[in-house]
Amino acid sequence: MFETLILMLDATMRVSTPLIFAALAGLYSERAGIVDIGLEGKILGSAFAAAAGAAIFGSAWIGLCFGIMASISLAMIHGFACITHRGDHIVSGVAINTIVAGLTVTLSMDWFGMGGQTPTLSGDARFLSITLPFADALADVPVIGLIYSELLSGHNILVYLAFAMVPMTFWVVYKTRFGLRLRAVGENPHAVDTAGISVAFIRYRALIVCGILCGLAGAYLSTAHNAGFLKDMSAGKGYMALAALIFGKWRPVPVLFACLLFGFLDAVAVRMQGVVLPGIGEVPVQAIEVLPYVLTVLLLAGFIGKAVGPKAIGRPYVKERA
Amino acid sequence: MTNNTVPFAIELRDISKRFGAVQANKDICLQVPAGTIHGIIGENGAGKSTLMSIIYGFYEADTGFIEVDGKRVDIRSSQDAIDAGIGMVHQHFMLVENFSVLENVVLGAEGGALLKGGLTAARVELQRLAKEYSLDIDVDAIVEELPVGLQQRVEILKALYRGARILILDEPTGVLTPQEADHLFRILKSLKEQGVTVLLITHKLREIMASTDNVSVMRQGEMVAHRETQHTNTQELAELMVGKKVRLTVNKDEAQPSDVFLSAKNLTQFDSQGVKRLKEVSLELRAGEILGIAGVSGNGQSELLNVLSGITPMSEGEIQFAGQTITAKAPKDAAQMRDLKMAHVPEDRHKMGLVTGFEAYEAAVLGYHNSASYNGKILMDHKAMLEECKVRMADWDVRPPNPHLKTANFSGGNQQKIVIAREVEQNPDVLLIGQPTRGVDIGAIENIHEQIVKLRDSGKAILLVSVELDEIMALSDRIIVMFDGAVVGELDAKDADERTLGLMMANAYNKEEQGVSA
Repeated sequence: MFETLILMLDATMRVSTPLIFAALAGLYSERAGIVDIGLEGKILGSAFAAAAGAAIFGSAWIGLCFGIMASISLAMIHGFACITHRGDHIVSGVAINTIVAGLTVTLSMDWFGMGGQTPTLSGDARFLSITLPFADALADVPVIGLIYSELLSGHNILVYLAFAMVPMTFWVVYKTRFGLRLRAVGENPHAVDTAGISVAFIRYRALIVCGILCGLAGAYLSTAHNAGFLKDMSAGKGYMALAALIFGKWRPVPVLFACLLFGFLDAVAVRMQGVVLPGIGEVPVQAIEVLPYVLTVLLLAGFIGKAVGPKAIGRPYVKERA
Repeated sequence: MTNNTVPFAIELRDISKRFGAVQANKDICLQVPAGTIHGIIGENGAGKSTLMSIIYGFYEADTGFIEVDGKRVDIRSSQDAIDAGIGMVHQHFMLVENFSVLENVVLGAEGGALLKGGLTAARVELQRLAKEYSLDIDVDAIVEELPVGLQQRVEILKALYRGARILILDEPTGVLTPQEADHLFRILKSLKEQGVTVLLITHKLREIMASTDNVSVMRQGEMVAHRETQHTNTQELAELMVGKKVRLTVNKDEAQPSDVFLSAKNLTQFDSQGVKRLKEVSLELRAGEILGIAGVSGNGQSELLNVLSGITPMSEGEIQFAGQTITAKAPKDAAQMRDLKMAHVPEDRHKMGLVTGFEAYEAAVLGYHNSASYNGKILMDHKAMLEECKVRMADWDVRPPNPHLKTANFSGGNQQKIVIAREVEQNPDVLLIGQPTRGVDIGAIENIHEQIVKLRDSGKAILLVSVELDEIMALSDRIIVMFDGAVVGELDAKDADERTLGLMMANAYNKEEQGVSA
């Protein structure tokens, strides 16, 4: 039983990683007042660019650079529409998602001719598992050995990076000048403007950070978690990250736990496939997979605490005088 | 203080600014000696705010330039203004509400990429400023939990922390109780003693007289006069503002109240968050009287209007009106109340009174659009609507008298006349009227006040909600004061004076005055 639990938690970590990257990406964007429904598109775009780059150059790191650059470019398009031209954030985000869904498949058919996939990656073209020191030696120690060598050891570098990003984000958002201005610009951009700071510049910088993190999420999917790009491989992770962001009330640590909870539910769903529970029968996988969304709706409806987002979110900043 | 060898703290030379067809500022010249309080007064739309926005770097002037301490400065952004030692307290506070006082003060002047050092330094500096200018404040308090008077203090501290030697305050007393306003003026005096130059923008003559050294008057984008405050008076300033003789009081005879038209008992209302916005409010409204509701904005007056007019359902209590008993279980909506001859001029004409994209003749029938006089068998009778609108525009002196102009394009006073005319011309028994002259020019105020008194004299009952004490005192026959959703005082208009009302509005009438000034 304990071993099963450890294995499920191990799976949770792997499934949660892209959610954590993406949810933190959303956190930077939304704390700055930019609604980012385009997380999904950025993840997918990065997944494709990373896989293509890794396939061509044979290096996962070069692939990662491509992924991040693709994601930042998409974020800048979003910024150009929403910040510079004061467009509707949702429309711009949905447009990005739609374009990317089609473009990735089209480009990969043209470049690789493999029915919308990229070539299967192997060796250096993928991020491989890292075995932590003494993991093998400790494997046989009861309890601790299992936790250390199964749960903590044996993940690729991006998994560790994702978890490290949480305290990092906390520090940036709450302890730095950039963080203070970021939070202020999402709450009351007028206050920022009258303090002599450019609202647009802060929002663009927030979107660049958002692009980098989405890039990491996408590269993880195609070059670490899987070995290549598949059509629509983001499979709603961007939306689920958005749900986790709301569930975590736009704060880094609660967002981490929301991602872990959603990841855990995903791991449970996989585990429960075809399992017949006594008295209930076979639980459909979809019933578990839908839980993150149900929980988020319940939260928004006010049943679980209250989710109050940044006040100026979604509203373009117009310098106006009464 | 004024010495010709000392350069002016700030000097404007021939500032002009045009927005499309509108000449917002025209050849403005202004000289403000250092260490004085200088008032700038003018009607809404006279160009005061535009001028201040130019000084603070929101807009760039088309022509002209600004000198600070005798040196020409190029102000292209707020940052430039701050660098030139100019600070501004905006009419709507520029604060991040869920930040602490400290965080708000350092925003934009953090003093390094990491916050820790800057916050520690700011804490020390704020203590020094607090001592020097008697601006005490809890620096760790969250801004949204502070009363408005203290929020304004945060704005002043923000400017001083950035080293402002010239402080601009734009309509600073609009949201304050008279006691809070007095306190603000004491602060301004002590700032002046420390050598800070204060520019005070207002349309309230009393404040100019009470606190400034010099005053400049703006009218229609031009600076029309400069006066030393001690050599002028309210009457002269008012005349300069509007350019003609005005009465500051309303001519009216003694009220002749008769039957009770409307009575409300224990009206209570909870908002969607479960907060009690209206607390057991009871009142009686008689034919032939004007009942004024005084109070600082946000103390339940809006909720009272909404419940009485049927816009929001009450939670508890009952209303007796036109032979009907209205309770939470047997509510009536706004349309039903209209049918019972209750008219309502909402506080916010843009949000509730008008559809700003509609043409004037369409806006003039809103709420009564189902009435037979505006409808044919199937379609609306646009001809009848237009005809009536033309007549009303003539009667009420709406300018321009063009029924096809979009309501958004009328000035505030004329928009308000369209709304009030619509409601009054339906010959209601009870008129609820909220902030009838907010954002309305003095000329139009007079006209609107006359019409309200005329309606009263024809035997109608009027409930007037206003945050302008002058208006309440000039119009009302009886005054009710609201605080925190409850009625805290009622008095005859004859017995009302500003001090009593002010204390009641701060809910401190029965307490010692010392508890109020905080």
